[in-house]
Amino acid sequence: MLSRAASELYWTARHIERAENTARLLDVTWRTSLLPYDVQEVEAHRAEPWAVPLVTTGTATAFYATHEVLSARAVLEFLVFDPYNPSSIMSCLKAARESARTVRGAISSEMYEDLNAAWLEMRDRDAASLDQSAVQALLEWVKMRSHTFRGVTFGTMLRGEEYDFIRLGTHIERADYTARILDTKYHILLPSAADVGGVVDYYQWASLLQSVSGLEAYRKIYSDVITPRRVAEMLVLRDDMPRSLHSCMNMIDSTLGDLIDTRHDELLRLTGELHAHLHFGRTEDIISLGLHEYLMDFLERISHLADEIDRRFFVPTR
Amino acid sequence: MREPNGEVRPHYRPFADWLARTPPARVVQKKDEAERAFHRVGITFAVYGADEGTERLIPFDIVPRIIPLSEWTMLERGLKQRVAALNAFLADIYGPGRILEAGVVPRDRVLGNSQYRAEMAGTTVRNGIYAHVAGIDLVRADDGLWCVLEDNLRVPSGVSYMLENRKMMMRLFPELFATQSIHPVQHYPDMLLENLRAVAPAGEDAPTVAVLTPGPYNSAYFEHSFLAQQMGVELVEGQDLFVRDDTVFMRTTRGPQRVHVLYRRVDDDFIDPMAFRPDSRLGVRGLFAAYRAGRVTLANAIGTGVADDKSIYPWVPDMIRYYLGEDPILANVPTWRLADAAEREHVLAHLPELVVKEVHGAGGYGMLIGPMSTRAEQEEFRARILARPDNYIAQPTLALSTCPTLVDAGIAPRHIDLRPYVLTGKTSEVVPGGLTRVALPEGSLVVNSSQGGGTKDTWVVSD
Repeated sequence: MLSRAASELYWTARHIERAENTARLLDVTWRTSLLPYDVQEVEAHRAEPWAVPLVTTGTATAFYATHEVLSARAVLEFLVFDPYNPSSIMSCLKAARESARTVRGAISSEMYEDLNAAWLEMRDRDAASLDQSAVQALLEWVKMRSHTFRGVTFGTMLRGEEYDFIRLGTHIERADYTARILDTKYHILLPSAADVGGVVDYYQWASLLQSVSGLEAYRKIYSDVITPRRVAEMLVLRDDMPRSLHSCMNMIDSTLGDLIDTRHDELLRLTGELHAHLHFGRTEDIISLGLHEYLMDFLERISHLADEIDRRFFVPTR
Repeated sequence: MREPNGEVRPHYRPFADWLARTPPARVVQKKDEAERAFHRVGITFAVYGADEGTERLIPFDIVPRIIPLSEWTMLERGLKQRVAALNAFLADIYGPGRILEAGVVPRDRVLGNSQYRAEMAGTTVRNGIYAHVAGIDLVRADDGLWCVLEDNLRVPSGVSYMLENRKMMMRLFPELFATQSIHPVQHYPDMLLENLRAVAPAGEDAPTVAVLTPGPYNSAYFEHSFLAQQMGVELVEGQDLFVRDDTVFMRTTRGPQRVHVLYRRVDDDFIDPMAFRPDSRLGVRGLFAAYRAGRVTLANAIGTGVADDKSIYPWVPDMIRYYLGEDPILANVPTWRLADAAEREHVLAHLPELVVKEVHGAGGYGMLIGPMSTRAEQEEFRARILARPDNYIAQPTLALSTCPTLVDAGIAPRHIDLRPYVLTGKTSEVVPGGLTRVALPEGSLVVNSSQGGGTKDTWVVSD
């Protein structure tokens, strides 16, 4: 397929996934902010909860360039509505729809209609009318739009290269997000602080799990109290948890395998190596290395992989 | 819809019955339903001059324009005849030039025309076909006589609205489709693809066809992507193509892939910066050389604009007689050529009654509609005509037929025209119907979407 079209599809999927992840992040922040202050954070790391989404999305600098005071409302406006913030939900839905518009022929008409409808509805919402009771409904709506898009893609799109590039975009973006959200809580999982437990941790980890639709899954798998070690295992190593790093790498690895015919290929080697790292990795090793160090290494590798995908498929070559 | 005596014409009866038994609120509801669906599907067009990137819906009217099959059969023959003559004319003027030799069409009108492409002289095109897709604008005057208002042989647009309007009508009025025989149009994309494949460079068993678009900011971008999708071919921009050894390739995720036929929706001027406008960023370097070498087919061909130019239009009936030895089935609208002193004098004396058009104008721009114009506008046009008489033609203000149309005040008559699409390649074909455009402001005669025109579905029904 056309390199330009492949790139647009990949970015359509990334933007939709990013909008969903931002909504998840804000949702968990919103819930945390409603908790009494003494269970929001452990003593040494007490911080204003609304700073977390800015740090996670890497937009803190951009935020403080235009805002003086950190507040729930300011962060929500910035991450949901701000058209000048390229990672805001508004910007992501717009970009996804614009990309899809330029490659309408490569996707099913239902997919375009879905993205177009999402954008038209988002465009008509505005920050001023967002009162407290509407915040969660809005975030739920964003997540639901992303689910709908994935569903309509799954249900209507021809299984070919076009589909592969959408899958690739979704899982690169998702892996990146899961690593980032997990990293915001790494300090609870410092080697010295293993398995502390307690009411503070419970709410911390429960809200993190919720943000990746993992709380119910956790209970099902472990039928036990929430421990940070198991949370890390679940979101990094388990391949039956759809938002875990391992699961994302399974998808990326097999999709690239479908896209590339040759056996000796640098891109396949890179993804295979990262996949094996998760496939054969052990929780103990992650803990002893330090979760933060582990995640930083993963983020660097996944970003290198994304660069290679870009170079390989999207940059026009003669 | 009605006979002069006020009786509903037979082919309109089923719809008129529906209208008569349906409460007005329900009719408006149908219209709203259609508009919502068009917005959701994203059938929009960009408007030049308005805010960058804005998109609007072309107003859609739920009252169909209906043509009885007997009348359509005559139109179809007339359309094929006209396009055959226009193709013969193009092959002739870029080849032997017999018609110029014979003095049927004045040589300087053709060779001196800004739409004539000297670069095409002596280039042979596959099967001698230049206008693969022609949009012929027809009007039906009050006396029931059909005539050709304008030929569109460059990159005629609007066919996607013909197809989407039909889809919408079948959704809104399934019962009307079930009870009468309305001839289908939905096979147009298949027909287009088949005709494009038929003109691929010789020796290609499985030619690759692509649609070349100027990009998402073009006003007809929706249509370009729609047609590519319906035909199942790639939609490419200039940046997706390159030429090596006179061969055209697309840049794909699996390396270069050869293209044999480009259904191009980019104007001649912008198609290749090496051959035409050097500042074009929409084109492909070397495309014209590949084309001349016969390694790629462009549809439509380069240089077709000379045959649909309004200054050439008056001679089309003569072309039909000259090339086909037949009498024209479809008449031209009487046209005065302002380059001619006697005709110019007549026109200047009757400006308030006539329509004056720029010869290269399109889209309803650069026109004076005498009966609707102010004194000042007439004087302005008089000065423009005197400064460049060869740049204008004049025609009588036609009593265009009207069709009932849903407007704010209810159902009211509005002026309409019809653009059927004639395909030439393997054979010559026309899908029954076309795009009916309607002038929405009361009394207006301008149907162009850029000037507040809307569209209707066009039904050809067995009588």
